[in-house]
Amino acid sequence: MKKTWLSIPYAIWALLFSIAPIIIITVYSFCKRSTYGGMIYEFTVDHYKQLLEPIYINVFWRSLSLAAISTIICLIIAYPMAMIIAKSEAKRKNMLVMLFVIPLWTNFLLRTYAWMIILREQGIINNILIGLGIIDEPIKFLYNSGAVVLGMIYNFIPFMVLPIYSVLSKMDESLIEAAKDLGATSTQVFLKVTLPLSLPGVISGLIMVFMPAVSTFIISDLLGGGQTILLGNLIQNQFSVARNWQFGSAISIIMMVFILISMMISGKYKSEEGGGLW
Amino acid sequence: MKKIALLLVVCMMVVSLSACGKGEVNEQGYYNQINVYNWGDYMAPGVIEDFEKEYGIKVNYEEYPTNEDMQAKIKQGGTEYDVIFPSEYMIEAMKKEGLLQELDYNNLPNFKNIDDNLKDFTYDQKNKYSIPYLYGTMGILYNKKKVKEPVDSWNILWNEKYKGQIIMLDSPRDTIGITLKKLGYSLNTKDIKELEEAQKELIKQKPLVKAYLVDEYRNIMIAGEAAMSLVWSGEAIRIANENEDLAYAIPNEGTNLWFDGMAIPTTSKHKREAELFINYMMRPDVAKKTAETIGYATANKEAVKLLPEEMRNNKGLYPDGDILNEGEVFNDLGEFTTEYDRVWTEIKSY
Amino acid sequence: MVRNIIKKAYATLVYAFLYLPIFFLILYSFNDSKYSGKWNGFTFKWYKVLFEDKSIISAVYNTFAVAILAACIATIIGTITAISIYKMSPRMKNIFMNVTYLPVMNPDIVIGISLLALFGMMRCKLGFMTLLLAHVTFNIPYVILSVLPKLYQLNPFLEEAALDLGATPLQAFSKVILPEIMPGVITGFLLAFTLSLDDFMVSFFTTGSGVSTLSIKVYSMTKLGVSPKINALSTILFIGVLILFILLQKREENTN
Repeated sequence: MKKTWLSIPYAIWALLFSIAPIIIITVYSFCKRSTYGGMIYEFTVDHYKQLLEPIYINVFWRSLSLAAISTIICLIIAYPMAMIIAKSEAKRKNMLVMLFVIPLWTNFLLRTYAWMIILREQGIINNILIGLGIIDEPIKFLYNSGAVVLGMIYNFIPFMVLPIYSVLSKMDESLIEAAKDLGATSTQVFLKVTLPLSLPGVISGLIMVFMPAVSTFIISDLLGGGQTILLGNLIQNQFSVARNWQFGSAISIIMMVFILISMMISGKYKSEEGGGLW
Repeated sequence: MKKIALLLVVCMMVVSLSACGKGEVNEQGYYNQINVYNWGDYMAPGVIEDFEKEYGIKVNYEEYPTNEDMQAKIKQGGTEYDVIFPSEYMIEAMKKEGLLQELDYNNLPNFKNIDDNLKDFTYDQKNKYSIPYLYGTMGILYNKKKVKEPVDSWNILWNEKYKGQIIMLDSPRDTIGITLKKLGYSLNTKDIKELEEAQKELIKQKPLVKAYLVDEYRNIMIAGEAAMSLVWSGEAIRIANENEDLAYAIPNEGTNLWFDGMAIPTTSKHKREAELFINYMMRPDVAKKTAETIGYATANKEAVKLLPEEMRNNKGLYPDGDILNEGEVFNDLGEFTTEYDRVWTEIKSY
Repeated sequence: MVRNIIKKAYATLVYAFLYLPIFFLILYSFNDSKYSGKWNGFTFKWYKVLFEDKSIISAVYNTFAVAILAACIATIIGTITAISIYKMSPRMKNIFMNVTYLPVMNPDIVIGISLLALFGMMRCKLGFMTLLLAHVTFNIPYVILSVLPKLYQLNPFLEEAALDLGATPLQAFSKVILPEIMPGVITGFLLAFTLSLDDFMVSFFTTGSGVSTLSIKVYSMTKLGVSPKINALSTILFIGVLILFILLQKREENTN
């Protein structure tokens, strides 16, 4: 039975509010910049050419690798957590899930400030460590890539746990029992049955963590101390202080193309399912 | 349960849609509402309410975090802000883009209260489009326990002794600007050689810098975790009140003199009411209240007289005449803005 | 037994990681200094300051109104769309999924600026409606991405069986399919709600006419430093939400 007509409302919505804006951005990226940052509608590829300079390629590389590291650590922490929640008593499940998102309901900026209270040189961790006599000099937790990765994990981990949890809960238990009946060990059951069945959830999680992580900018400004520049900062700067929307648009278009291609390469096996990515 | 939720949603929708009141003319002959667009917390509590009571005009108050964010919204239309509070370089840019309306000084008699030294700068000659609201300088906030030598030059920010103890601002215009000053150039330079010299200096300085921060420098300085930080004057005074080891100094090479002004964008449909509001903001008592709560320097000379003595006599806040003369005001850089951004990106990714 | 202890310890550790910053956020709402750089002593004054600020109350209201409405609309559209994507030919599926990724990939500022430009072209007056439209737009993909995995997991014969047994398509959906994919739908709703609640960039550029949200207020404060009254507000909201869920949980445990 075909139900493709059900997608019409979304198709219209996406056309208006997702695709039309992208077209605007694409047009901007080929425009010239006027003296005060306005659009001059004359065709140019200068902004794309500018992106080929080594400093910008470095920015790309650094952002993608930091986002990838954060996404992988998120997955490693989140998978066991999702399993624990999915296998807990039915009446406690909802509570455990809710407890995962409630911290995100407080303001992002305040949560990040709170991390700074914890991590800074005279922060709580350093004070405890010095108090216990483990260290003499405060450790510099803040203002490095480690702090940026920590911030990304903290902010994005629910986006990994929840989709994995949702595929693990209400999973067809008969398959697992069948495998056990056939003499599979619990490791084998996990590797051959549970993991493959949960893969769609894992992929959703990877997408929902990796993509926003590439373009985040506040985490690197605050926890990274502005020491490096990531894609998110670069784009943010173009739309704010530099008032160069044209260049900012070009960067984001290239970034989108880049992410789609890199995901296509890493997710080839999905193509038979039709998971997207051209 | 589901029905309650649905009812709630519908109610919210109805209330939200009917929230915006209709505009009409009130008894005093004014249009009964204006939209004021300001930085967050940049107005003393009660000031708006008093205005509403006095003139029967409702003020819809919205806030923005940066000049550029505000400019983007005004430029694209769809909004009807009547009064905005841009900084000096943004006033210049918006004026040249035709986003500001010329002020009618017949409606602004209180302009006489504004200090003559703070009028008529290149960013807005003869104050045709804007009136200074608050102003200040830029300098070095340092910890007397960590810095024993006199702080009188920007060079101290490059001193190896303070490795890992120096905080710079994550703001290209300001950080590059003081570097240009250190080198003896104008902070509005459009000479690529001078700019690249400043870039070299900042790259040289980078290993000494603890962090480039937007707003966390306050807490780090108060906690005594850094020796010195580049800071705006008003902020410096506020922070120094929290920790007695902190002191503020303006280096001899000269500094940046900045202004946040009041202006009326072209999207405003109620210029008369907007001017009424600006005139009200220039009343000595209102300006005094503003300066006292926010802690920045007011351009209103009558209001300064009303301020408590420790504020009025604070040389960091209200510098002597010669520093005002040495202070250089930012101009909009036009197409050169992108060069500053490229230089900044290179410094950051070094 | 040992396995259980490890599991419990692991879960506790992860939750501690999540709640550690929240604890400090709450603690510093009682700090007498405006700055978190030092602890000046215990005070309730920020709560007093908070209740004197009328604009914050209306910002809280707008924030929740937008988040709830946007999450509801996005969940409905997203779930329906996910079902139809699931049934599409691989080619169509590809096109739809790539469109779905757009708002997830796009940096917030690009979504914000491009929607601002779009609304400007359409001569829309910015306000609550444009804000809501923008939120629904960036929420839908998260719902689709949450519901689709559950659909892939579905036994493909389930719907057919229901139809064979005489159920109408609508019944088959609501009695058979929906309960199966419910965890995905709830996940999608929660993620959408969370994103809306905390969004700043997109909200800033798509709102107007005096409609402000909490995030906009907080980010705007960075010029002068974010006031601890926001910590106070977050504390109240956090504790309120927590109590609400504990009550609901208690009720559920009793009915079972």
